[in-house]
Amino acid sequence: MNIKAFLAVTGAAALVASGALAQQTGPDDDRLVVNNEIEVVTDAPAPDHMEFVRTIYSGWRFRSDETQSLQMDDFDNPAFVFVDQAIDDWNAEMGANGESCASCHEGPESMRGLRAELPRWDEDAGEVYTMEMYVNECRTERMGLDAWGWNSQDMRNMTALLASVSRGLPINVATDGPVRAAWEKGKEIYYTRFGQLELACANCHEDNYGRMIRADHLSQGQTNGFPVYRLKQANLVSKHNRFRGCIRDTRAETFSIGSPEFIALELYVASRGNGLMVEGPSVRN
Amino acid sequence: MADNVKPRVRAPRSTAAGETHTLKTLISHPMESGQRKDSDGNTIPRSIIHRFTCEFDGETVIDVTMEPAISTNPYFEFEAKLPGAGEFVFTWYDDDGSVYTETATVEAA
Repeated sequence: MNIKAFLAVTGAAALVASGALAQQTGPDDDRLVVNNEIEVVTDAPAPDHMEFVRTIYSGWRFRSDETQSLQMDDFDNPAFVFVDQAIDDWNAEMGANGESCASCHEGPESMRGLRAELPRWDEDAGEVYTMEMYVNECRTERMGLDAWGWNSQDMRNMTALLASVSRGLPINVATDGPVRAAWEKGKEIYYTRFGQLELACANCHEDNYGRMIRADHLSQGQTNGFPVYRLKQANLVSKHNRFRGCIRDTRAETFSIGSPEFIALELYVASRGNGLMVEGPSVRN
Repeated sequence: MADNVKPRVRAPRSTAAGETHTLKTLISHPMESGQRKDSDGNTIPRSIIHRFTCEFDGETVIDVTMEPAISTNPYFEFEAKLPGAGEFVFTWYDDDGSVYTETATVEAA
């Protein structure tokens, strides 16, 4: 479908519906192609479980042209400094018996597709597994190493590498079966107002995406671009760190990084992006 | 020496005589300004890359003095008009005396 024509129709509908003036509202109509090679679809029909949103948009579409262009070439994308460090870790013989990631998995490309399906149910462990948990399972169970901190630099670098090999694949997170209970819990958190400001995720990222929240252009809060390189931090930011930041900004006591609540929320928010494509490591404000 | 310093360069593989090319360079480096304090209140000593040069077959393309306000992982993008085939040499000079070098060979088109 012609994206520009499609957006013109939905854009016009939104204008009529809200009576909005010609200020910056909604996503732009740019197209994302990374390295002149990977076509990344940045909008899609909302998955059936979303009642109040018709079209889902990647956060890339809400950023300025300058920020967008950083993500269109791996040389310009500052996140690849960290991906390079993760490649060194991938090949480093750091295990207790000299194992490296590469000695079992060969190249990181062998992980292509994994990022698009996570979080998912892990049958052996009997719980919902995220990328961080898989990395740490390898480290502790198979390499005889200590677990990396969920939000440590090493972990963020590695998750960025593992995301990068799945770029251009559609997010496809299961929402039923054994993950259903966690998914329901995540949904409840998403719609629960937290903090002194009494804000739920949905108040900004569902009710008001496309509008300005002071100087910031609100996106839908999609996670397909994580881990992201945030310009303000000059570093990679994990999903859970971003969740924590958002909840903190509502002036609430936040859940902690790696907690069951955040894993449930990660699952639910990921499922709101089913149909978008993996972009991580992306570049955002 | 600062950890994880890794130069990255994008230069053309081949050129015609007189052709102008865009070059991109990035080096991962914390660029500690010397203005910050650690959690105990002690000043973190300055540690930056203070000079960056690019030469093509011995001829200077660019020579940059860098100051503490330049942010982490400094990135440079500039153009060079090349007389023909040759070799780029990119050099970064660290406060601690380390010198990081990267080369890129350009062939005749």
